[in-house]
Amino acid sequence: MPACQPMAGICLISGGDYYMSKRFPWLLVSIIVLIIITIWIVWPTNPGIHLGSINKDIQTKLGLDLVGGVQALLEADLPTGTKVDPEALSTARTIVENRVNGLGVNEAVVQQAGNNRILVELPGETDPAKALAALQQTGLLEFVDFSKITQTEIAALQIPNTVIKTDFVGGTTTSTSPTPTTSATSPVTSTAVTKPEQIFHTVMTGAELSSVAVQTTATGGYEVAFVLKPDGAKTFKDFTTANVGKPLAIVLDKKVISAPNIQNPITEGKGVITGNYTIDSANALAIQLKYGSLPIPLRVASSQTVGPTLGQDSLQKSLVAGVIGMLVVMLYMALYYRLPGIVADLALIVYALIAFSIFKLIPVTLTLPGIAGFVLSVGVAVDANVLIFERMKEELRAGRTLRQSVDLGWARAWPSIRDSNFSTLITCLILGYFGKTYGASIVLGFALTLGIGVLVSMFTAIIVTRTFLHLVLDNIEFSEHHTWFGVARSL
Amino acid sequence: MLNIVGRRYLFFGISLVVIIPGMIALALWGLPLAIDFSGGSLLQARFDSGTLPQPAQILEVYRQNGYGDSQIQTSGTDQIIVRTKQMDETTKSKIVAALSKQFNTNITVLRFDTVGPAVGSEVATRAALAVAAAAVGITLYITYAFRGVQHAFRYGISAIIAMLHDVLVVLGVTAILCHFLGWEVDPLFLTALLTVIGFSVHDTIVVFDRIRENSNTFRRLPYETVVNHSIVQTLARSINTQLTVMFTLLALLLFGGITIRHFVLTLLIGVFSGTYSSIFNAAPILVVWENREWRNWFRKDTQEAPV
Repeated sequence: MPACQPMAGICLISGGDYYMSKRFPWLLVSIIVLIIITIWIVWPTNPGIHLGSINKDIQTKLGLDLVGGVQALLEADLPTGTKVDPEALSTARTIVENRVNGLGVNEAVVQQAGNNRILVELPGETDPAKALAALQQTGLLEFVDFSKITQTEIAALQIPNTVIKTDFVGGTTTSTSPTPTTSATSPVTSTAVTKPEQIFHTVMTGAELSSVAVQTTATGGYEVAFVLKPDGAKTFKDFTTANVGKPLAIVLDKKVISAPNIQNPITEGKGVITGNYTIDSANALAIQLKYGSLPIPLRVASSQTVGPTLGQDSLQKSLVAGVIGMLVVMLYMALYYRLPGIVADLALIVYALIAFSIFKLIPVTLTLPGIAGFVLSVGVAVDANVLIFERMKEELRAGRTLRQSVDLGWARAWPSIRDSNFSTLITCLILGYFGKTYGASIVLGFALTLGIGVLVSMFTAIIVTRTFLHLVLDNIEFSEHHTWFGVARSL
Repeated sequence: MLNIVGRRYLFFGISLVVIIPGMIALALWGLPLAIDFSGGSLLQARFDSGTLPQPAQILEVYRQNGYGDSQIQTSGTDQIIVRTKQMDETTKSKIVAALSKQFNTNITVLRFDTVGPAVGSEVATRAALAVAAAAVGITLYITYAFRGVQHAFRYGISAIIAMLHDVLVVLGVTAILCHFLGWEVDPLFLTALLTVIGFSVHDTIVVFDRIRENSNTFRRLPYETVVNHSIVQTLARSINTQLTVMFTLLALLLFGGITIRHFVLTLLIGVFSGTYSSIFNAAPILVVWENREWRNWFRKDTQEAPV
């Protein structure tokens, strides 16, 4: 049945009512376009997309275990049983992110893990001690009422490393309000101030600051200007109006860093801290105000450091293993299934291209288990083809024509492929959720690559292999070449 | 035609031969947990001089820093792996400096992990929950996917029994390997276990799907024959799929570097068990259920396993 005239590499099929006929040329064109796009994406020196406002780098993102670096799980350091305010944790995450950026690490990851942890990944960081120290610096910033004590007492409290006590305790406060955010807005008069054991009242925390900047004064000195959020502005207005001329302490981690006097009531939520600041000390204070204002204290719950040598070694070895594994599978498919096997091998290459492009585009951070997940999904991709080919051979043996067998093979294998892949996807989802809440990025990476692999494999097995096989079928006669299909004799 | 279903009790027996020793090992020795679950610190470091001192000498340095109960392990010719109770960065740096001075060599830290005990126990709980959630999710999905078939629920339960079979095989074999080779159970092991669950069900569904199809085609044939027929029809596919996955896993095992060796081996055991259970356990269990054979299990006068 030479019903097809090759035209510019595309086969036009006339007649025949089997499923593929009408869509076939379009599918083939789409697949070829897809292949070209994926090759461009996968190309190692891909420049990324920079068109107008679109700025997207396309690069392979490698996990810590492959490039080396530091991973730390920071945990809210609160008394047991205290609920962590989700908003406060998300603010803390942003602040930690700012600090991480200050470390000058490329491709750092800072994300919330569960309801009381923050996961930090610093690829390529070579000095874990320094990095962790910077992150661990919990930096709880408080504005503390010093109006009831004398200048001498203030001077005593400003001696370095003197720790003071305040009524602000982590995620909860001694006042009636449940969260630090609302505690800051509680009326100043409602809480007792200087208690016998010198517990000072926290007017508000650094969480209420919206922006901080260093400015020059008229006399050529430096001062720190700050803007408050609406809630904080109100608290501050009430407090400063009632306490003009009295000192207000800026306390970082329960240590007094500065105790300026309130010169005027601050009613608009904007103020300046003046004093004998140099450019450096003003900047230092601004940074402490800006980044030191963690709404909840954090401690390092767990950390991992991978040296760069170990990572390099693992990367090289798993790449080699992946390539060898794929070659063996391709060889086996070609030997066992003959012509369809070779077609499936081509589809497998397309599969690898698409999956890898998606990894690069999202981007999925490739870790060792992630690569293992990818390799495993190659197995799944092959499985879909195996299911179809086995079905096809059965239909051929049952005496159907080649075209019927091909279409029946696909139609009948589909429920198996769908149901089995769906159950794998369910597992991937559960694994992904588990990995995300615990902050186990390795588990998450594995679930992601396997899940994407499974989805892509369904596409390639059903669409790509089928289109390729039709391309070949339209150009050969089965009766002459039955051994090409691994079927013993012509039927 | 191969009669697999007819010899179902032989195949159940083979499974038990693997599972029972494993369970005994698990009960006797348990699974040693890696620091990720138990909490603690792990240091992997290389002595750049290429010569390692005696573990006892290294332990002495740890003892002086208050970590007398550390476990020292050597890896290769120039690396050490030390497990301690939880230690912070500063102490680690101090100890590494002390080691470097004592043994007069530069020391490269390859890996340093530290995990708080709270995180560890939380992971273990969550892991158990993840397995349970996966089992429930998959049972529900299969029951839904097979809704057109009589006793759809049986298919879900049988798939879960086959899955539990694989979990038990993996746990048991791991318990034995941990005891004799000093392995530890870490999050990667957990990942492997969950993958095995996914793969096991994946495999079982392919066989079940054929039973579903054949039940409609051959309504007059006895159920047992339909099931056996379905298993044999899907045998080539089951073996081929298993082989391709095994090829890739073997490549990872042989060339993939030491970090994921335990992980890949666990997967290999699980994948093998997964294929075995889907052919020899899952589908035959459907027949046992259909015939309600348990009524005959404890009767002396009846023949075991009516065929």
